[in-house]
Amino acid sequence: MRRAGALPYLLILPSVLFLGVLFVVPLVQTALLAFQQGGAWSLDDWHRMAEDLNFTDAVRNTFSVVLIVVPLQCALALGMTMLLRHVRHGRDLILWVWSIPLGISDLAAGLVWLALLTDQGWLNTLLFKAGLISGPQAWLTYETPMVLLAGIIVAELWRATAIVFVILLAGVQLLPKEYEEAAEVFGASPWQRFWRVTLPLLRPSLQTALILRTVLAFEMFAMALALGGRNFPVMVSEAFNWQYGSQDYGVAASYAVLVMAISVAATLVYLVALRVPAEQRA
Amino acid sequence: MTPWKHGLLWSAVAVLCAWTLVPIYLLALGAFGGRAIVSEWPKPFLPVGLSLDTLGAFLAIDGVWQATWVSVQAAGICMVLALLLGMPAGYALARFRFAGAGSYRLLILMTRAFPVAILALPLTVSFIRLGLYDTPFGVALLHAVLAVPFATLVCASLFQGIPAELEEAAWVFGCSRLTGFLRVVLPLALPGIAAASIFAFVLSWNEVFAASVLTVRHRTLTAYLLSVLSESPLHVQFAGGLILIVPSVIFIFLVRRRLFAMWGIGNR
Repeated sequence: MRRAGALPYLLILPSVLFLGVLFVVPLVQTALLAFQQGGAWSLDDWHRMAEDLNFTDAVRNTFSVVLIVVPLQCALALGMTMLLRHVRHGRDLILWVWSIPLGISDLAAGLVWLALLTDQGWLNTLLFKAGLISGPQAWLTYETPMVLLAGIIVAELWRATAIVFVILLAGVQLLPKEYEEAAEVFGASPWQRFWRVTLPLLRPSLQTALILRTVLAFEMFAMALALGGRNFPVMVSEAFNWQYGSQDYGVAASYAVLVMAISVAATLVYLVALRVPAEQRA
Repeated sequence: MTPWKHGLLWSAVAVLCAWTLVPIYLLALGAFGGRAIVSEWPKPFLPVGLSLDTLGAFLAIDGVWQATWVSVQAAGICMVLALLLGMPAGYALARFRFAGAGSYRLLILMTRAFPVAILALPLTVSFIRLGLYDTPFGVALLHAVLAVPFATLVCASLFQGIPAELEEAAWVFGCSRLTGFLRVVLPLALPGIAAASIFAFVLSWNEVFAASVLTVRHRTLTAYLLSVLSESPLHVQFAGGLILIVPSVIFIFLVRRRLFAMWGIGNR
């Protein structure tokens, strides 16, 4: 590290200008769009958003998905992490396969699961061959809301568990082996070692993973559109429809601000609830 | 480990691998199966109906390939922007202590907490005014807002890992700061920078919301697929989905050794 006059400022200047124009300014503009009507402060857009038929459904669907998916993903990712610790051969290959969904967008994942879950899809073929159904059956309609929700949850689990897994695995690799060995010497069972030693030590990684995953889960929308179409509105898909279909920027902006507020609130909750002691910070 | 436990471990690993791969395999069957596979019942689990005809149909799906080209352009520009802006900023963070470095890091981390929707809405209006609306460049600009912070943090940690003494030695032998960077630091950091740029590419390649809001006729692949969800035949959607996924699978393979470094840094 050196001190060197103006050079560092010149180096960061382009990115500061760039983010200023394309990040900070739009952020303020969206907030103004949401809270202004014809140049004056107004909550009009918020009223219209809250009175819309889809609003309650969108909020309920979004929260159902997030509250079910995020804990399941953490459990599954923890399981995968612990499993991979015992693997000696072919770790690289397994790691690659398990991380593939990292690069898959929610739209692509939605299309993958559409292929499986559609009326004449592969899931129904399996059920048919097992003798459980007599012919093609529609699952992704408003008549079967629970199956639709389950389909979206499975698709989210498929797509986004990988990011939690990679963050947790990175955390596990940084843990010193001594703690677990000490616990073993004192007679702790594998189960006790996991709950009492490994998991508490993993708290910083768990916090990172939870924050990132929750924020991204609230942003999911293309998958809901691919699988459920109009039958499964979520908050961001509503923002999209208001902007894109109705050309109503005000209500769309209100949705965007609402999603942002919820994301920030969730982040703060995680930061407080899983506070990382200073000596454990990386 | 007892043989019984060994067997259990490997079956769990195998099940998890199948859980990831089988859905992609089935999508590929749907994509290459052509028009016929959409109505086929019960569906085959092996690529039996595959022929040159169905493959040709896959390659002839018009809108998809046009949109793919727009996606490639946007992602390429996004990648270049991320490197052009991220490398110098990363170098500054890695090599200098300066007032404001903390707030700069905060600005960068802030970009993560905000949904893309919040940026895309007002930018639609500005882009129409500036003539950037419905161009790959406009889409790339917005995607770069997401990619630049990431590239900056990854580059900062890459440069930090290269001893400053190497650079100082280059200056002693007559290099300027710029040539020292180009001849000593850059070659050492190159593999990491390559991984970061692939990441920026895929980030843009996968983004749906902003791409859909910012384009009408020159749609990216994601925007195109979203707009035809309820209207186009299923095999076209499957084909589009497969084209979206293939680069990602290759990308994860290329950067597999750097996954931890990238996600570890990117999210702290």
